[in-house]
Amino acid sequence: MAYSEKVIDHYENPRNVGSFDKNDPSVVTGMVGAPACGDVMKLQLKINADGIIEDAKFKTYGCGSAIASSSLVTEWVKGKSVDEAATIKNADIAEELALPPVKIHCSILAEDAIKAAIEEYKSRQAK
Amino acid sequence: MNYFDLFNVVPAFDIDTALLAERYRELQRAVHPDKFANDTEQQKLLSVQRTAQVNDGYQTLKNPLRRAEHMLSLRGIELSHETTTLKDGAFLMQQMEWREALEDIQHNSDPQSSIDELYESFGEFESTLLTKLATLLISDESADALLAADQIRKLKFMAKLHDELARIEDGLLD
Repeated sequence: MAYSEKVIDHYENPRNVGSFDKNDPSVVTGMVGAPACGDVMKLQLKINADGIIEDAKFKTYGCGSAIASSSLVTEWVKGKSVDEAATIKNADIAEELALPPVKIHCSILAEDAIKAAIEEYKSRQAK
Repeated sequence: MNYFDLFNVVPAFDIDTALLAERYRELQRAVHPDKFANDTEQQKLLSVQRTAQVNDGYQTLKNPLRRAEHMLSLRGIELSHETTTLKDGAFLMQQMEWREALEDIQHNSDPQSSIDELYESFGEFESTLLTKLATLLISDESADALLAADQIRKLKFMAKLHDELARIEDGLLD
């Protein structure tokens, strides 16, 4: 299967790989996995007091499309408010990376990782 | 297609593998294309299709993970092409740690002992999941079927880890 140029670019030069200190109170983590292929994705967001995502990092074990999807969303969420980031849809990711139908689940994984991180943020705010 | 019916074996997770193998050989012989060499094209084609079905059925029932998946699919729970994500934080954290451990193997002074330790950890974790799965599949409750599906999803992650570990081990021998 041929990967699109954008997937290859993100795969070869992934943006924002790594981890933040998970004890930092401004950092929330979203962990998700795709059973169909065994991919695991961790997305961390650093959110300031105004609810703006200042920085993002990811660590993904999976195929090129999964890595590209997570790399792309770290770029997209930076500078966005939490509510704006929550509107990112897997279809946007799949379109940007020109993912073939069999790799759509990689973009779903990335969308769900954002949602999982935001869920943790909201549940912390509620406390 | 109900493969338990095809092989005429009891539809249970705890399958009689010797009986399954025996039925497989019988069926294979009965549908083998060689037997239809002098028959019509249509018969030949049918024989090829039946052979493929018998082979697929055998591979499905022989493998515990695929057998469990087949049992759930007969109950209307389809796992093979699902795109839902798993969100069990503790489980995924463990997966992450194991993936990191796999990455570190090459840098270890004694990679083989790390590999052996990981095989042991994976094996223990998998057998716990399989035991749970076996218990859940005995029940007729649909809630238990959904829990069984979760065990299968987790076992798929473990299968992936196993493959990776085997690949790394092969690489060391080169």
